[in-house]
Amino acid sequence: MSNYLFELKEGLIIAFKAIRANKARAILTTLGVVIGICAVALMSTTIKGMDIAFEEGISSLGSDNLYIDKWAWFSDEEFWKMRNRKNLKLSDYEKFKNLAQLPIAVAPTLWIVKKVEYGNNYVEGTLITGSTDEYLKTTNFDFDEGRFFSAIESKSSRNVVVLGKEVADHLFKSKNASEKYIKISGIKFKVVGILKKQGSNLLGNFNPDKQVYMPIGAVFKHFERASNRSIAIIIRAQNTSMVEATKEEAEDIMRRIRGLMYDEENDFSINQQEGLTQNYNKTVGVIKIAGLLITGLSLLVGAIGIMNIMFVSVKERTREIGIRKAIGAKKRTILTQFITEASTICLIGGLIGLILAILLSMAINKFLPTSIQFDTVILAIIISLITGILAGFAPAYTAAKMDPVEALRYE
Amino acid sequence: MNIINLENITRIYQLGSEEVRALDGISLRIDKNEYVAIMGPSGSGKSTLMNILGCLDTPTSGKYDFKGINVSDMSDNELAEIRNREIGFVFQTFNLLPRSNAFHNVELPLIYSGIHSLKRKEIAKETLTSVGLEDRLHHKPSELSGGQRQRVAIARALVTTPSIILADEPTGNLDSKTGGDIMLLFNAIHKQGNTIILVTHEEYIAKHAKRIIRLLDGKIERDEKNE
Ligand SMILES: Nc1ncnc2c1ncn2[C@@H]1O[C@H](COP(=O)(O)OP(=O)(O)OP(=O)(O)O)[C@@H](O)[C@H]1O
Ligand SMILES: [Mg+2]
Repeated sequence: MSNYLFELKEGLIIAFKAIRANKARAILTTLGVVIGICAVALMSTTIKGMDIAFEEGISSLGSDNLYIDKWAWFSDEEFWKMRNRKNLKLSDYEKFKNLAQLPIAVAPTLWIVKKVEYGNNYVEGTLITGSTDEYLKTTNFDFDEGRFFSAIESKSSRNVVVLGKEVADHLFKSKNASEKYIKISGIKFKVVGILKKQGSNLLGNFNPDKQVYMPIGAVFKHFERASNRSIAIIIRAQNTSMVEATKEEAEDIMRRIRGLMYDEENDFSINQQEGLTQNYNKTVGVIKIAGLLITGLSLLVGAIGIMNIMFVSVKERTREIGIRKAIGAKKRTILTQFITEASTICLIGGLIGLILAILLSMAINKFLPTSIQFDTVILAIIISLITGILAGFAPAYTAAKMDPVEALRYE
Repeated sequence: MNIINLENITRIYQLGSEEVRALDGISLRIDKNEYVAIMGPSGSGKSTLMNILGCLDTPTSGKYDFKGINVSDMSDNELAEIRNREIGFVFQTFNLLPRSNAFHNVELPLIYSGIHSLKRKEIAKETLTSVGLEDRLHHKPSELSGGQRQRVAIARALVTTPSIILADEPTGNLDSKTGGDIMLLFNAIHKQGNTIILVTHEEYIAKHAKRIIRLLDGKIERDEKNE
């Protein structure tokens, strides 16, 4: 054991000497591994980042929710068929709410896009969701300031709003926002609450941080004619195990409201986050496999580069190998020496690749909530070592089994 | 006590259908502290014999006992150990590692013996001093003269205090003055009790040895004392 450690240590010293003597070549050779390891680290970080972002997004949506909608989110149903469906109206929601037994919350939603203003500050194209006070129960919202609008405010369609964190920050900078009035299309709305940061860029404008919430009645009163747009109904099941039963009940009630015969198709859709998750896994699954292939390929190219250069190096140093054998190097010693050399090159390349990946991930961090984790670092180091050992083995073996007399005679 | 005992050694190279009998029935005994010169025309098998003596090559047939142990029974690892501890090679072309300095070249056999750094540095320095190179430790071979290079090679051969020094035309690449100096060094090494076998073409070099073996066509033509 100590003998092996000793040989490893001496092998490392020899390896560093050899690499120093051939700097340009070592740098070029290493490039393949640098790129390979950088790709591995970035890919695993990016995938992890996407998963985290998605989970955050999903949980801010509320995980046991069902969405009754004119449109199916994920479906092969033809577009025109869905377009010809009847709009969901506020009266449908009211009937539904009276009949439904299982959900713990039922809320209508309708969104519009408007510019919101406070003094000279404004946010263009803000998503404004109109709903009732029950909407809060379908979310996991926490508040930085104030509260959600109340049942009374909701019923009487008051001009009150709840702001997402980013919207509030834009409009008020660091100033206190509660009880102030913002303007939407010239109409004044009182700010009653500001949400805590929910944070998921994956949701884009659907990110609650970028939204404004107000009573649905206020939306209809000021911005939208009731007959124009179809609302959606959000219902929240008591818990995950009740989602299926709640969905069946909802379908039943909706068919009754719509007066459908038993042989008629549903003229509405009940959407679920599971669809979102499945969809996500399907898309990201493809990305993961592609990523694995690409990184695997770039590592392979790196490994072949190392192997190639090690073969050249062994050939060039035939005489050196003969000398070493003549003065007592064993096969094992020579094997260790060249494998150590290949692994050292790979490890250095891996570390450079890792540093590169860390820098690049700081850029990616602007879009995905992630940074390179400790386990990724360990993984990258292990992979680069293994690559070095595998790539170095064949050349090292050729060196180890050289005949000393022939090697010494080599010109 | 005899260190080397060869019995009817042959070394045959097969070149296609043609057989080259580089060594053809060599029997030979060499004792401790002998000083032997091997001579003979080009192609007579001198280098082939040295390679076999040095355990770099194995005979096609015959028996080779090194210090009473049959070499053909040894594994590759054991042969490497014999080369490392019992044999010191000196070559015509020096065969130093070009990228390493004198010190590291001399230190290398000790690395392969598994001797640790401090001890190793001490021994290597001592040996280089004994060949008169104490002020050239950190010179690379390319920064040394031919004679100095050969001194480094001799120091490398001596550093593990081997039972035998094998030198294949050690003065072949040197002018006669430098070659003479190297021979004085060998004489001194011999006086300290070492066993030396050297190959040479030059009678005046061979004169330094106490015994001269002449080869011809892979056979021993003459083996005589040189007083
Ligand atoms: N690897 C080999 N393959 C084939 N034949 C060889 C090989 N090595 C040596 N020989 C032959 O063996 C014979 C002896 O060669 P060797 O090198 O021992 O001669 P030498 O006495 O050292 O000659 P020189 O004085 O020129 O160095 C020669 O005829 C040579 O051609
Ligand atoms: Mg020769």
